[in-house]
Amino acid sequence: MTLKLIYKILVENWPMFLRGAGMTLYISIISTILGSIIGLIVGVIRTIPMPERGFKKVVLKIVNGILSAYIEFFRGTPMMVQAMVIYYGSAEAFGISIDKYLAAIFIVSINTGAYMSEIVRGGIVSIDKGQFEAAHALGMNHVKTMTNVVMPQVIRNILPATGNEFVINIKDTSVLNVISVSELYFVTKSIAGNSFIFYPPFFIACILYFVMTFTVTRILRLFERKIDGPENFDLTGNQMQVARPEDIIRKKRAEGIGHPY
Amino acid sequence: MEKLIEIKHLSKTFGTNEVLKDIGFTVNKGEVVCIIGSSGSGKSTLLRCVNLLEKPSGGQIIYKGENILDDKHDIYAYRTKLGMVFQQFNLFNNFNVLGNCTVGQIKVLKRSREEAEEVAMKYLKVVGMDQYINAKPRQLSGGQKQRVAIARALSMEPDVMLFDEPTSALDPEMVGEVLKVMRELAESGLTMLIVTHEMGFAKDVADRVVFMDQGVIVEEGSPEQVLNNPVQERTREFLSRTLNQ
Ligand SMILES: Nc1ncnc2c1ncn2[C@@H]1O[C@H](COP(=O)(O)OP(=O)(O)OP(=O)(O)O)[C@@H](O)[C@H]1O
Ligand SMILES: [Mg+2]
Repeated sequence: MTLKLIYKILVENWPMFLRGAGMTLYISIISTILGSIIGLIVGVIRTIPMPERGFKKVVLKIVNGILSAYIEFFRGTPMMVQAMVIYYGSAEAFGISIDKYLAAIFIVSINTGAYMSEIVRGGIVSIDKGQFEAAHALGMNHVKTMTNVVMPQVIRNILPATGNEFVINIKDTSVLNVISVSELYFVTKSIAGNSFIFYPPFFIACILYFVMTFTVTRILRLFERKIDGPENFDLTGNQMQVARPEDIIRKKRAEGIGHPY
Repeated sequence: MEKLIEIKHLSKTFGTNEVLKDIGFTVNKGEVVCIIGSSGSGKSTLLRCVNLLEKPSGGQIIYKGENILDDKHDIYAYRTKLGMVFQQFNLFNNFNVLGNCTVGQIKVLKRSREEAEEVAMKYLKVVGMDQYINAKPRQLSGGQKQRVAIARALSMEPDVMLFDEPTSALDPEMVGEVLKVMRELAESGLTMLIVTHEMGFAKDVADRVVFMDQGVIVEEGSPEQVLNNPVQERTREFLSRTLNQ
């Protein structure tokens, strides 16, 4: 009986469900990417070593102040309320009407950014001081040290947390229904409202949410493994007498194994 | 003899803690200088001041006739002339062995990848790690890591190598392999400034030994003189303490 009902709802409404899920995925992918970029930039700025004196120190102090205000504010207020304030506020208070999808992406990105910048900052702080010192000792300046040595390690280390943010975003885009973004929850609500049956559509939505979050988690796990490289390494050489070492490196690279990077 | 690094009246304070006081000594080209002294005497701080990982509070560091503590001096270019080997290896975790030895050459010295790999292979051979180019640091033993760290520093082809207790973090059976590499480097005529607790090693390879205590240089001279016939009471005390261990 119930299975039949679920099946019926699914057959009648599957294009809507798919479109809703697609919108949810679209907003969360874009926002996770943008949010991570914001997080990386803000996190890196917040860990710039403070100059001892002068103009640069004043500027950095002010920028850091603004950034921590941003982080505290967006972490400390509900996204649903922010959505109302930003979307209706821009229209009613300033007379600017922004596209609700743009507003949605903006709100989720800026929230993700606030969380990610703390994650990134933590990631940078937790990198062993020896890594910075070894890079400096080779003559790298702060920027080279960060781009070549520190950030690649930070990005690897924060991948699980980024995946977590992605999953949270998939689920939390549902609050955007308050500004009528036709994501999965909004669509499900309309289907339920039109047909006057409630749990079957929401049951379907539930499954769809789970499929999305589970797939994302798995894909990210695979990605992490790929970055980590093989558990074991191969000794090179022995044929060293015949081939020059650089030939061996080149050969290895052509075979797609033993990337130096 | 050509003076490579000349340190004059160098001082360093952390807050109110005066760690280095009026340090002065010279490293000549081709010379191996060993710094010995008890724990906390300021040996690491001195070495870190030499390549400016620590900012000296006063004094001068003259490198090839130029005071590198002048504001206008390019400290990044200066650091490429000094190879540093740390007690804790500090290999870059995001690179394999070959990457560790090439990243500085490519990003700082602007060498081509081919040239950098050739140079890296040359020095990895010197330390006997040329078969391990694909290994990540976490896959190596302590002794192997330290030998790669030495190759990484050598790959920049510096004028002088600084070693800060390169064997102190190693298990006893791995100390030998690292000291052997360092001996060979010393024999090849490389200029080296080495902080070490290995008295036998210092006796064998050093041209000069510097004994430090509580932030000052107490005694300096040939290994024969400082280690066998020390003039200063404090040196004698230190040596009898370390030899009795
Ligand atoms: N960053 C720092 N801040 C404050 N004090 C420091 C700092 N680094 C070193 N010191 C102090 O400076 C003194 C000398 O330290 P240093 O590490 O140079 O000694 P060391 O001779 O290398 O000792 P060891 O043989 O144990 O390595 C110590 O008293 C230490 O506590
Ligand atoms: Mg030390």
